[in-house]
Amino acid sequence: MTTDTVKNEPLATEDAETASALLDVRDLHVSYRQGGRTVPAVRGVSFSLAPGDTLGIAGESGCGKSTMALGLLRLHGAKAQVSGEVLFRGEDLLTTTWSRLRAVRWAGASVVFQGAMSALNPVRTVLEQIVEPIVLHDKVSAKEAERRAAELLDSVGIPSRRMRSYPHEFSGGQRQRVMIAMALACRPDLIIADEPTTALDVMVQAQILELLAELVRESRIAVIMITHDLSLLAHTCDRLAVMYAGRIVELGPSRQVLDSPKHPYTRALSRAFPTIGDPASRLAPAGLAGDPPRPSEVGDGCAFAARCSEVTEACRTGEMLLWPAGPGRSAACLRVRPDHGGTS
Amino acid sequence: MTAAQTTVAALPTRFAGARRFARAFRGRPSGVAGLVILVAFSLLALAAPLFIGDDELDVTKVDGPLLAPPSAHYPLGTDQSGRSVLLLLIWGSRESLRIGVIATVLTVVFGSAVGIIAGHYGGFVGRILMQVTDWFIALPSLPLAISLAAVLGQGSMSITIAIAVTSWTATARLVRAQTLAVEARPFVERARVLGAGDRQIMVKQVLPNVMPLILVSSTLTVAGSLLSEATLTFLGLGNPADVTWGEMLHEAFFGGAFTAGAWWFLLPPGLAILAVVLAFTLTGRAVEYVLDPRMEKK
Amino acid sequence: MTDIDTRTPALEVRDLSVVYPASGGRGPARAVDGVNLSVGQGEIVALIGESGCGKSTLARALVGLVKPTGGQVLYQDTPLDYSAIALKQYRRHTQLVLQDPGGALNPKQNVYDAVALGPRLHGLTDRLPETVRNALAQAGLRPPEDFFGRYPHELSGGQQQRVVIAGALALNPSVIVADEPVASLDASVRGEILKLMLRLRDDLGLSALVVSHDLGLAWNIADRVAVMYLGRIVEQGTVEEVLLRPQHPYTQALLSVIPSGAEDWRPTLLTGEPPDPTAIPAGCRFHPRCGRWAAASADERAASGCDRRELPVLAPDASAAACHLLSPTALETA
Repeated sequence: MTTDTVKNEPLATEDAETASALLDVRDLHVSYRQGGRTVPAVRGVSFSLAPGDTLGIAGESGCGKSTMALGLLRLHGAKAQVSGEVLFRGEDLLTTTWSRLRAVRWAGASVVFQGAMSALNPVRTVLEQIVEPIVLHDKVSAKEAERRAAELLDSVGIPSRRMRSYPHEFSGGQRQRVMIAMALACRPDLIIADEPTTALDVMVQAQILELLAELVRESRIAVIMITHDLSLLAHTCDRLAVMYAGRIVELGPSRQVLDSPKHPYTRALSRAFPTIGDPASRLAPAGLAGDPPRPSEVGDGCAFAARCSEVTEACRTGEMLLWPAGPGRSAACLRVRPDHGGTS
Repeated sequence: MTAAQTTVAALPTRFAGARRFARAFRGRPSGVAGLVILVAFSLLALAAPLFIGDDELDVTKVDGPLLAPPSAHYPLGTDQSGRSVLLLLIWGSRESLRIGVIATVLTVVFGSAVGIIAGHYGGFVGRILMQVTDWFIALPSLPLAISLAAVLGQGSMSITIAIAVTSWTATARLVRAQTLAVEARPFVERARVLGAGDRQIMVKQVLPNVMPLILVSSTLTVAGSLLSEATLTFLGLGNPADVTWGEMLHEAFFGGAFTAGAWWFLLPPGLAILAVVLAFTLTGRAVEYVLDPRMEKK
Repeated sequence: MTDIDTRTPALEVRDLSVVYPASGGRGPARAVDGVNLSVGQGEIVALIGESGCGKSTLARALVGLVKPTGGQVLYQDTPLDYSAIALKQYRRHTQLVLQDPGGALNPKQNVYDAVALGPRLHGLTDRLPETVRNALAQAGLRPPEDFFGRYPHELSGGQQQRVVIAGALALNPSVIVADEPVASLDASVRGEILKLMLRLRDDLGLSALVVSHDLGLAWNIADRVAVMYLGRIVEQGTVEEVLLRPQHPYTQALLSVIPSGAEDWRPTLLTGEPPDPTAIPAGCRFHPRCGRWAAASADERAASGCDRRELPVLAPDASAAACHLLSPTALETA
């Protein structure tokens, strides 16, 4: 099988599709300089996204999921070294000029950050903040931009009478709606949402997710959604990528990944979110002993071996690749590898 | 066995903290330079009585030429009474540094206490303390020093008190702000639930977390105190019998060195003040940088 | 497992209210507005609600950090005395575990000093190293000696929370009040800390009130659940009763927004203004956001009186929901 030779490449069949892909990420590495050493935070991530696709990226804090997503648009600035290829509509964002990149950041791919309060300018009204990128990028008149901004705010559920309010006058959920409106301002093809609902109440979280899902359905925007909450992703995303120690360890259709995980880490993660009414989890919380390795301490073999309940000798030395594990699925576990008697 | 194990386990990390501090501090050349200057001045000031006696300082006992320019025998020349300017400069560092350090200790201790108490209690106590502080901020140092000199007599004591009384307010404000920030953190609430009273919270929880700031602010306060000392003494509020850098400047200016063009009497005390103030500031900045917990992440 | 004895509660509140004085042009905030709640010996009760519902204030009132403006906190049937000495004595029995373990540990104190803090404050310094070692071992940090000299920033989030729990255990309390103990932890660590709380109940007979926004947490560890909305408990009962057969429209809405395995998952989204303790609606405080009220006809509205009639405060250990629309027959058919 050809994929065995291609490092961390999801599926052979996807190679043919990349021509039509909106976003094609190949062997992305991101590393930081820390105390004179280079610390790899993302260690070779590949995936591709077609227009209208929704991809969820899950993993614990420190697994590199946010670093990876921000690395796509080189949002780390000079602090991090990013290598690999990020082809957005065929253009490599890692080698393109900064001015091209700035244009892509608003009009091609935009980001919804998790802290809506700190991402919004506190001394300007939300209307001004949405109008600005529209005027800048689409070169339309202020009046036209204002009309579009009002439409956007209306579509995310902010009534037009409140457009001229300042960020602090909104609740947390409303601010997150404003952030989404801002991300949509220049009609991007891709939205990267980094923990968009983390600080919000369950009720507000559900509202925001509904809103995102609706926008995606209507406008066929592709979405990359990053969160630590696996169960949320299953409902908002078609596909799911689980990251551990800077790599994707499992990739596949959300429902399948959640219902029949191939990687022991995914299994542990999905058990950690109990299903109410399931007798197996009643008075029996499920966790995972130990801590994820620090990015500076990742060595040979499977990074998850130290915490894995099904670890074998081979896990500690071999190179882990994303092996195919069923139609549209892959997992970086020796147990799914063909010559290990795996599933494919 | 158990107690011994505890100390053995706990101690290495304590020293490791100090070692980490020393290593980080070494990485700040300007701070190291400041520290070297400070150590040199302090050693010189401490050792001065070993080689300077009444013979060199008493106007009635010295026999040097009057206002002589630098020579082999008098590397920095002499003053209008025939004393060696170099020896005066060394001897003057004793009183100047003493006033600066004592004024700083008073400032920092009093200011920190007021700041922590005002920040901890808030409410009525805090408001009253801050109003008193505001009132002291409005107090002009010069008239205060003049009135103190009138009451307590001219000399280093009135100057020290004048400096302390006018500079503690800045420390108090700074410490209060930091105390408020520390008190808002959950570990203070945890200590309270474990049974800690007000005093224990202020001393055991807040103080260690405010300490780095106090340390930094005190190095800057010393620098300010030295300048105030020079200013006040220069204006004639010091004791003419004492030898301090401010007193030297005062005598040089009012004793005719200025008009006689005796730059060797005028310049050294000024440069010495500059060097020590700069050294304290550089050290303070380096300490501030090293103690900043965010530094580790960079 | 320790027998759960709800008849003699370890900790109880009766008709508790906490009102914060008016500030910044807003009226007084009725953060807790009439609550009866009890935690039996060896029982784990989950208090569920959204932010701003008063659950954290209630938790702080239970450990004596906030003095109630009305009602009582009772520890083993004795009302809490707010004198400094009595309060300090009370601290040995009831401990609080906070949400953010990183912030709850003094960065200048190592693990040994952090755990020894409580015993030292109470003068329990005989065999202190042994107390600290036992507390750390009970909290699952083994071998305890390895952790003595470490500082909070050298520990992972899960380890930090274990140190905080060990600090509480060092006083040998009988009740632990935990305010969102796992909300800031990663999913895998969350399960480990919850397991620890269950084990402490089984091994030491600890009672616990766990405050959270997460109904899944209640399913994982609690015996009983109380759901709080705008300063009142709107529904309570055993976990199975409340989570599997919710009566109150608010509980039903909260349950509906949890992503389920079903393909046809349709959350019931509550609209309207977020709850504001400075402006509590008349009648049923939930009615402005209630789906059933919104769907009701004018006649039904007039008959129900949701917008006029005050609801009674629920009894401390009853299984009940505070809703005008729940007639006895409705309860049976639901």
